[in-house]
Amino acid sequence: MVLRGKARLVKPRDDINTDYIIAGRYKFKSEDMTELAQHLFEDLDARFVERIAPGDIVVAGSNFGCGSSREQAPRVILAAGLSAVVAESFARIFYRNAFNLGLPLIEARTDFIQEDDELEIDLDRGALRDLTQQRDTSIKPLPPVMQTLLADGGLVAHLKRHGGFALE
Amino acid sequence: MPRTIAEKILGAHAGRDVSAGDIVVAAVDFTMGQDGTSMMIIDELERLGAERVFDRERFAMVIDHSAPSPVAGTSRIHAKMRAAADKYGSLLYDIGEGICHQIVPEHGHVLPGDLVVGADSHTCTYGALNAAATGVGSTDLAAAAYTGKLWFKAPESMRIICRGALPNGSYSKDLALHLVGDIGADGATYRSVEFAGEAIAALSVDARFTICNMAVEMGAKFGIMEADEKMLKWIEGRAAGAHAGPARPTAPDAGARYVEVREYDVSRLGPQVAKPHTVDNVVPVEEVAGAAIQQGVIGTCTNGRVEDFEAAAKILAGRRVDRHTRLICVPASKAVLIEVIERGIHRALLDAGAVFVTPGCGPCVGTHDGIPGDYENVVSTANRNFLGRMGNPEGVNIYLASPATVAASVIEGRIADPRKYLARG
Repeated sequence: MVLRGKARLVKPRDDINTDYIIAGRYKFKSEDMTELAQHLFEDLDARFVERIAPGDIVVAGSNFGCGSSREQAPRVILAAGLSAVVAESFARIFYRNAFNLGLPLIEARTDFIQEDDELEIDLDRGALRDLTQQRDTSIKPLPPVMQTLLADGGLVAHLKRHGGFALE
Repeated sequence: MPRTIAEKILGAHAGRDVSAGDIVVAAVDFTMGQDGTSMMIIDELERLGAERVFDRERFAMVIDHSAPSPVAGTSRIHAKMRAAADKYGSLLYDIGEGICHQIVPEHGHVLPGDLVVGADSHTCTYGALNAAATGVGSTDLAAAAYTGKLWFKAPESMRIICRGALPNGSYSKDLALHLVGDIGADGATYRSVEFAGEAIAALSVDARFTICNMAVEMGAKFGIMEADEKMLKWIEGRAAGAHAGPARPTAPDAGARYVEVREYDVSRLGPQVAKPHTVDNVVPVEEVAGAAIQQGVIGTCTNGRVEDFEAAAKILAGRRVDRHTRLICVPASKAVLIEVIERGIHRALLDAGAVFVTPGCGPCVGTHDGIPGDYENVVSTANRNFLGRMGNPEGVNIYLASPATVAASVIEGRIADPRKYLARG
């Protein structure tokens, strides 16, 4: 799988929690992810959603997605049309939720990536290329479980396809 | 091979030997969702084509995050949960029953040696009952509620040994904050943390919940304590319905492998405060004493139990909340509220100027019950102080502390050290 899109940086780089991805004051009163997507990262950067286009890639530092277990966080990222998140590391629950929904998360060094850089991520080759800077970096290989979930289109599709878990 | 608590519990539920790093599909003992996550659980159960859940006594939905509903959108979510509970014949704890993490242990749904998943990150709270319990998303929870199983990566384990006795004026919350501050918000990511030592053994079960509750604030998957007489007595008589299985207390084997062992001496630990806007930004109370506050909150799944209100009442009895400051009390459950009333704690706090709201999550997640005004500061017994967490990002600072520190602070309208009130009282 190859993903291509413009880098969209969130700041601060580290410890972006699920409340920053989508604030509780919105997510507890609506089930409409498209509506919630209008508030993506709002408390960090009120104009974030104005600068994104379909296929763009979120870029952050370490421990992205920490905090609550609420699945609205990866769902809203998907609903906003973003194709992936690249970060130095991810929080555990967010990591599972994203793959369960089919949102790829990529662990790689991100400190050199600038806003608007054109990124190309080759999940099979395990490489991230910053086309703007003509710079390459390796990505941490996806665990086999996550590859299976991604290939099957998420956890529900996986369970339906295999009639149960086929991950051991 | 000697094994950790996490390896043993996962192994017992997977039906095979399990070591850290293994991927296993394991049977779960209990599954739970709340009103911020259940609507997606219900949707995913629909997508799975579920006509039933794996066990109607082992799947609960709890309406706690916005209860009673403050807006029509939330009311629709609550209605959807009630209809789904009727359809599946499963457990529903409606408004006012309390916070999921108080309800689940209080009603005997979790026992030592259990494997539990909840669609709420603070599900790790049940580790105080020697359970391997962890937060998952709604899709994982739907899969678990439908099949009775879930996949797990057996985590590496880390052992935290707390020695000594907490001094007067310091509580399990101060220890929890100190540990999160020292280890960091991602210092235990993906690990199972085992809490041990005489300082843990000396704590009441209610005080132990506070520590396991905050394990996720250091990134942990599980935060587990070993079973003892106190814990077994606490669960006695609570085991409910079809889930009244035998408790299976699980201790680590001698020689079990830990990626890290940390030892702490708590005997000189004073009150701690987490400053805005991260939970690991922890300092001794002296460093922030004097910071103005306009609102105090005592409650939440971290500190909304009877002894928390008792500690606050001890300081506030015969004193007054500062007139420019509000104190909001949120009992963690209806049972807590009843006991707080029966023991006169409620009256002491009301007389001091406190306000009581419905048992549940209260203002913690920013949907209702005390959203701070612009540029106001809050001192709360909750577990998270992220910017905007309480519903207003506009210059609002949230400080986290023990119930005693919150009580002392609302008297002064400034963050205050509770020890001076205890010394005088």
